Amino acid sequence: MFDLVWLIPLCPLIGSVINGLLGKKIKNETVIGGIAAGSVFASFMVACGILFQLLSLPGEERVFQKTIFTWIQSGNFKADIGFLIDPLSATMLMIVTGIGFLIHLYSIGYMHGEEGFYRYFCYLNLFTFSMLCLVSGNNLLLMFIGWEGVGLCSYLLIGYYFHKKSAGDAGKKAFVMNRVGDFGFLLGLFTLFWYLGVNHNVWTINFVELAKNADLLVPGAVVTTICLCFFLGATGKSAQIPLYTWLPDAMEGPTPVSALIHAATMVTAGVYMIARMNFIYIKSPTALLVVACVGAATALFAATIGTAQNDIKRVLAYSTVSQLGYMFLAMGVGAFTAGVFHLMTHAFFKACLFLGSGSVIHAMHHALHHEHSEADPQDMRNMGGLYKKMPVTFGTFFIATLAIAGVPGLAGFFSKDEILWQAFANPHHHDVNYALWAAGAIAAGLTAFYMFRLVCMTFFGKTRLSEKAWHHLHESPWVITVPLVCLATLSLVGGWIGVPKILGEVLGDMPNYFEHWLEPVFAYSTQYMIAHGAHGVHSVALEWGLMGTSVVIAFAGIGLAFALYVIAPSIPEKFTSMVPALHRAVYNKWYIDEIYDFVFVNPCKALGNFLWKGFDVVVVDGIVNGIAAVVRGFSGILRYVQTGFVHNYAFSMVLGVVLIVAVYLFR
Amino acid sequence: MSQLPLLSILTFTPLIGAILLLFVNKNSHGVLRTIAMAVTVVTFILSLPLITGYNAPGTDIGGFQFLENIPWIAAGPFQMSYHLGIDGISLWLVILTTFIMPIAILSTYTAVEEKVKEYMICLLLLEVGMIGTFISLDLFLFYIFWEIMLIPMYFMIGIWGGKNRIYAAVKFFIYTAVGSLLMLVALIALYFKAGGGDFSILRFYELHLDPATQMWMFLAFALAFAIKVPMFPLHTWLPDAHTEAPTAGSVILAAVMLKCGTYGYVRFAMPLFPEANAQFTPLIATLSVIGIIYASLVAMMQQDVKKLVAYSSVAHLGFVMLGVYALNQQGVTGGMLQMLNHGVSTGALFLIVGFIYERRHTRLISDFGGLAKQMPVFATMFMIVTFSSIGLPGTNGFVGEFLVLLGSFESGLRWYAIIATSGVILSAVYMLWMFQRVMFGELKNPKNQNLKDLNAREVAIMLPLIFLIFFLGIYPRPIIDSMAPSIDKMIAQTKVQKQVAQLPGAVPALPPGHMAVPGMSEAGAAPAGMPAGHPAVGAEAAPAAAPAGLPEGHPAIPANHEAK
Repeated sequence: MFDLVWLIPLCPLIGSVINGLLGKKIKNETVIGGIAAGSVFASFMVACGILFQLLSLPGEERVFQKTIFTWIQSGNFKADIGFLIDPLSATMLMIVTGIGFLIHLYSIGYMHGEEGFYRYFCYLNLFTFSMLCLVSGNNLLLMFIGWEGVGLCSYLLIGYYFHKKSAGDAGKKAFVMNRVGDFGFLLGLFTLFWYLGVNHNVWTINFVELAKNADLLVPGAVVTTICLCFFLGATGKSAQIPLYTWLPDAMEGPTPVSALIHAATMVTAGVYMIARMNFIYIKSPTALLVVACVGAATALFAATIGTAQNDIKRVLAYSTVSQLGYMFLAMGVGAFTAGVFHLMTHAFFKACLFLGSGSVIHAMHHALHHEHSEADPQDMRNMGGLYKKMPVTFGTFFIATLAIAGVPGLAGFFSKDEILWQAFANPHHHDVNYALWAAGAIAAGLTAFYMFRLVCMTFFGKTRLSEKAWHHLHESPWVITVPLVCLATLSLVGGWIGVPKILGEVLGDMPNYFEHWLEPVFAYSTQYMIAHGAHGVHSVALEWGLMGTSVVIAFAGIGLAFALYVIAPSIPEKFTSMVPALHRAVYNKWYIDEIYDFVFVNPCKALGNFLWKGFDVVVVDGIVNGIAAVVRGFSGILRYVQTGFVHNYAFSMVLGVVLIVAVYLFR
Repeated sequence: MSQLPLLSILTFTPLIGAILLLFVNKNSHGVLRTIAMAVTVVTFILSLPLITGYNAPGTDIGGFQFLENIPWIAAGPFQMSYHLGIDGISLWLVILTTFIMPIAILSTYTAVEEKVKEYMICLLLLEVGMIGTFISLDLFLFYIFWEIMLIPMYFMIGIWGGKNRIYAAVKFFIYTAVGSLLMLVALIALYFKAGGGDFSILRFYELHLDPATQMWMFLAFALAFAIKVPMFPLHTWLPDAHTEAPTAGSVILAAVMLKCGTYGYVRFAMPLFPEANAQFTPLIATLSVIGIIYASLVAMMQQDVKKLVAYSSVAHLGFVMLGVYALNQQGVTGGMLQMLNHGVSTGALFLIVGFIYERRHTRLISDFGGLAKQMPVFATMFMIVTFSSIGLPGTNGFVGEFLVLLGSFESGLRWYAIIATSGVILSAVYMLWMFQRVMFGELKNPKNQNLKDLNAREVAIMLPLIFLIFFLGIYPRPIIDSMAPSIDKMIAQTKVQKQVAQLPGAVPALPPGHMAVPGMSEAGAAPAGMPAGHPAVGAEAAPAAAPAGLPEGHPAIPANHEAK
């Protein structure tokens, strides 16, 4: 089965090529969608096979590489097209192909009747291909192909409605900000390759070989630089401070795209990368601290913005940024397993939320369309009371919301709680730990609040739709609801494979399967910490206490949202009118976009203009044309000497001879 | 290897074609076009045996092959010979030339309706000049071809160009002529330093000139080539020439002629004057990096698509120069690949600009918008080429750019590489912004609402380029492998001589691993044949200052440095 790993990325690629070249001729939506979804399903089956084979092996043997061919070889540098199978990449493959398949299926219904149906599926399959390359590549450069490839597909899919200027802008913004990150990724790659090569004669970018030689990485400035460079790449792809601003704008794309790319898979690439290179990060406490602080800050910051947005997808977008912050917080405190666990549970519930919001938007769009209303189908202020009309969507959405809010027993609770505990108890950052935990805990409360605000505004209360539109509001078809149910089920039970130790003991020796599964991947980091005698906080009582605290915080957030948006809906308005400046700032996303424009974009344009019109045209061409003018001027004068009369020339010759003789004589 | 003088046949086939065209009625455009097309296709086919024959078993791997050497002119003290040959470096540039020519000719079928005969003759003569430039091993012969190349291009811009064509043509001519005259002086001086004989560069490689002489000669050659590349700040002829030139002219100018400049560095300026070269490395690297950033910023603000592409050329060639000056396997390979990639991608971009110009007779970005809906095939191809130009992994642009940056990072040019890497952000900005404004948005301009998508001929022009974009991006190995031995020789040539020249002179040798001046120290006194990352060097080289452990010697050919 392992030898077939190349099929996993290849299937979606073939699907993409077929739809891209022939889709226009095929026209039949079922065939196009079938090819696209089928190809991802085929990958999913292969991934399942690989997972089972991996499970059948003992832990330490769960590493397999398959090289297809050598891509680039020059001097000491060699990059293969080759794949790496280990528990981490198998997990990612399952997430990408599994959720990817559900979203492909959902898209068939959601994109029904769209003009560029085949184009959409071509891009979506191409995305799946790139993402699979990213998570299964056995070296940094193949990862980078996927890394940039997903950026490309994100660009194409955000700009899917390219006739809208905002969509084109958003796509471009996403790509450029990702490129800023890629700049960091490349520098990290160069530094790592050069550092190991020059100092230890290990010229490699292969993950397995890098991991083998991890001991050669001596903690110090260079290793920190490498980590920070790669982390810059991660902030771009995974929308962290300071490069997060593209993600909310990316909501211009079709909703299933937001679910697949901007929630479940692509944006987690940065987390995956750090997990993959944990053996480098563990060597640099400074870099870990930066990662943890950026993660915590992003988690908190984005959550504040999420509380004031009215566009249903924007709330989810900021929520995604915030949740990604949690994952980086986990990475930064060395809780790699917890971070990957949260990546997985987040993929379940956030995909469910996005698809659910898509179902709502889909229904709203039709309802408003019947009414010939110009109202925005994504604005929650136009919704309300939808649970009566859309029971399946509501049910699944509600489960996923409980999961993200951290209600005990659901997927999000286990992973988030683990991260918060590790933030508090990890052995890396001592004094800062309390702040990291506090930021995470407050963000958790805010998350519960804004998510239930969303649910209340959308599904509860009295509807704000007109009667006619309300009449035309319907539950979505099965291709849309079936993926919702699948994902809701996963959000409900998916957390139980990673039950924290203290809970597991209470529940009768239930082991943390997930931690055990990923153990070999992070074994080096674990041993490194033990060898360096690092100790975190160990207190069962404290862990219980913190768990209780986070549950209380979650319920407080939920309660507050209910109070403000169902029981007494007039309070929020009063509150915003009390502090209008604060509300405006939060609503306008703390004006970060405007600040970036002012600090980076506009000066860049001004500089470009100056260099062109000032330097190129005036200075350089001025000199060139100036020389030409001087030459022309001189020749203009000298022209008068060329009279064409022989006696004039004879005279000047004589004059010359006299001069030369004079110089010779009187020298 | 056949005994046929393949290179001569290759060079003069287009000339025969041009002569043939003289006898065709100037009004029968169809015949003229077909003959020109047929001749270039034949030339391309004739060039293919070079790929299979080069480095065939039993040949001088990495050396000059397909050699032809006939004494030619002997005038007084001067002896020039007709000396041809190719190595892995020039091989691919010749192939690029023969490959681009049929495409360029096919692109003129509807674009040029006046003076078709003269136009085709110009194109064919241009091909003679370009192929000759890449295969001459005699400096004087090289100079002759170099000048031959200049004249048809001058006419193409001046006669078939746009509104401002005369200014652009004269600017192009004077810029280039200044450089070539300096080169002429320097090559005659070089000849006298060598003390008679012929102008063979193989012989000149053996010279060990004193540093002062090297410096002056290097400056003359470097300036001539820098104008051609063009390097900042000598680039201002390029946007004008490109904007005014007809499509085929722009394509050839970008795809091949600019490469003559960078090729000149690799073949002549660097290996002939190694010490001077090392001395000027920081300067040239600085100019390259400025060129990358500067041209990208300027490109961003252009309102004319063609000018934007022209400035992007300046940036791309900045990468080439940076890579070549890294003077290690990755850097030079990357630079060479970037030359080929730029030929493919920028050639394709100029063709694309030509397509819309033919339809709308404007190139202003503001005149367009929303074309994607109207011209889906065009949009797809444009997008592929755009991303190739940006250097997206999987396309050709990435491989070259990556190796350039990697190579220069490993060499003493680390800081230059870091700054140059930021160019990957800027290239995305200016290309995507342009693409968005031309292709996306609403189709507002009524004049654009009846635009037709690409026809079969236009698709046929683009398909080979798009194939290469992916092929070179996914499987560049055949090219890298065939270049590597020659690049090793070139690097060894540039470094070994320096060492030889240093030994008798009292130049204080820097211990390896000590950073003195960026870009120079790595050559230092480190024996060029030392395997990369030799433990001794590795131990000495502290993390912050270890330019000594340059990867040298391609695995396939260890220690071919003694070949000299």
